[in-house]
Amino acid sequence: MNSATLKDDHQERRKKLSNLLLSKKKPMDRAFFGIVLGAAGYTLFLVALIVYAVGDGSTEIFSYEGLEFFTGTDWNAVYGREAFGALPYIIGTLVTAGIAMVIGVPVSIGIAVFLSEISPPRISTPLSFVIELLAAVPSIVYGLWALFVFRFWIVDLIEKPLYNAFGDWIPFFGKTPFGLDVFTAGIVLSIMIIPIISAISRELLKAVPDTQREAAYSLGATRWETLRIAVFPYVKSGLFGAAFLGLGRAVGETILVTMVIGNAVGVNAIPTSLFSQSQTLASVIANEFNEAASSLHLSALIGLGVVLLMLTMAINIGGMLLLSRMVKVSPGVRE
Amino acid sequence: MSRTLKGPEEELSPTLQVSKVSESVEIERPTEVKDIPPAKLSIRNLEAWFGTKRALKGINLDVRENSITAFIGPSGCGKTTLIRCLNRMHEMTPGASAKGQAILDGMDMYDAKVDPVTIKRRIGMVFQKPNPFPTMSIYDNVAAGLKLNGIKDKKLIDDIVRESLEGAVLWEEVKNELNKPGMGLSGGQQQRLCIARALAMQPEILLMDEPTSALDPIASSKIEELVHGMKKDLTVVIVTHNMQQAARVSDYTAFMYLGELIEYGDTKQIFENPRMELTERYISGKFG
Repeated sequence: MNSATLKDDHQERRKKLSNLLLSKKKPMDRAFFGIVLGAAGYTLFLVALIVYAVGDGSTEIFSYEGLEFFTGTDWNAVYGREAFGALPYIIGTLVTAGIAMVIGVPVSIGIAVFLSEISPPRISTPLSFVIELLAAVPSIVYGLWALFVFRFWIVDLIEKPLYNAFGDWIPFFGKTPFGLDVFTAGIVLSIMIIPIISAISRELLKAVPDTQREAAYSLGATRWETLRIAVFPYVKSGLFGAAFLGLGRAVGETILVTMVIGNAVGVNAIPTSLFSQSQTLASVIANEFNEAASSLHLSALIGLGVVLLMLTMAINIGGMLLLSRMVKVSPGVRE
Repeated sequence: MSRTLKGPEEELSPTLQVSKVSESVEIERPTEVKDIPPAKLSIRNLEAWFGTKRALKGINLDVRENSITAFIGPSGCGKTTLIRCLNRMHEMTPGASAKGQAILDGMDMYDAKVDPVTIKRRIGMVFQKPNPFPTMSIYDNVAAGLKLNGIKDKKLIDDIVRESLEGAVLWEEVKNELNKPGMGLSGGQQQRLCIARALAMQPEILLMDEPTSALDPIASSKIEELVHGMKKDLTVVIVTHNMQQAARVSDYTAFMYLGELIEYGDTKQIFENPRMELTERYISGKFG
């Protein structure tokens, strides 16, 4: 083979290749673009659909009650005496979710810190697996356990001692406890959200570069001080996100709460003590959806859905605002 | 070859068998070196492990006061492990352990009674990659160690922050933006910020683990210059994979290979007239 034919071969090959390389047809690329665009568009479509469905379904109740739907405390579906006010359920939702957060967030972060910073891998690996397993347990399983087992423990070990000690003079601990109340609901909710918050928090903490920890150690920081000055600031926004994810679940959780909250109705559902029976927005919908005979009652339940939607949106927006105020560092140069 | 791979113990004088902590051990060194500064940090039979893998095989070495000591050697030779043993940072890595002695002014930092946290307050460290605290301002980064250790006097902190930034040759560049985040600085500036952060603790020894490996040549030479200027106030130990850097910046050089200290001596002697064949081969670029 002489050099001339080699050169010809080369040019021939280039021609062939350039036809391929420069051709504009890249069907897979377009298909891929279409698929991801569709997937992204789907979320918008879904939101629009939900807004339409609940808006349409709740017009009847809003024209009947007006803004009183948000502030009213009566809830009566009896024909001729209809009154629907969501306020007790809004309060019930906030109180149970609040109890769940107060207990759940510190415990979750404690678990995450133990798993990522303190325990050796031979302990943290199986423990992390168990936690992820718990996060996957359906809430009705927690609900059954709470209803048949856990609530008796709560009554005997926590509620009765508290009631006997403080019940007479602190209204917060008033009302004879029997285990189906906002306190039980809050605790069981916290048990449900702890695996999720701690699993996410652990991932976040593990993603903190060791160089950050070493920077703190090298200044003579103890383990706790290292967490405080190097690790937590690094993941602050992420931990907030994890907590708000948990809050979102606690606010929207339905069946678990329905089983243990005692299902009070109307003004009785405004908790006056930790041991009050109550209801949340979601549990009222679950309780009454089947037996809503009139279209007004049905519309009222959908109206509760609207309130729930607004509440979760407000929580998310509030969380974002809080976050942007707390984390004031401009992105700058990252490693 | 068999000769060059002998352990460092055999190469050192018999007086090495230390019994008392305060006893200073003479290390054999070239005759032309006359004024050897006193040992600031004496490393005796120091061994380090990662799990069951031995990374350091009995290191003996004296770090001289107010001088710059460089650790050189090919990748995996244990130079980074060694420097991380000198402030007990090594054992912070999960599974890692160390034993032996590292005697700082007569106190063995590996003594069971010594709290590793207090060691790190006396011995500063600068890392391969600049690692300022991302959520802190320039000022807070430098002040972090002081605040951590309970210093509240605002005036004192102000003064130390300024002094440290000047010591790290960063003050002129950042004096008008002390409240901006440290992460907004360039890589070289970030590394000097980390040096300032370490200097603010008024360390007696500064350990630098390849401090310029992530930086461009100009930023590197700035750091080299400032390291050179620091030795009047403190003792510097620097790990570098860059032999020219070791030759330029250090007074003493230790060459390590496969977890052993092969040769330790005056930098000039190590680079111009190494006693060990292995050192000579490494210096001249035949391996590593």
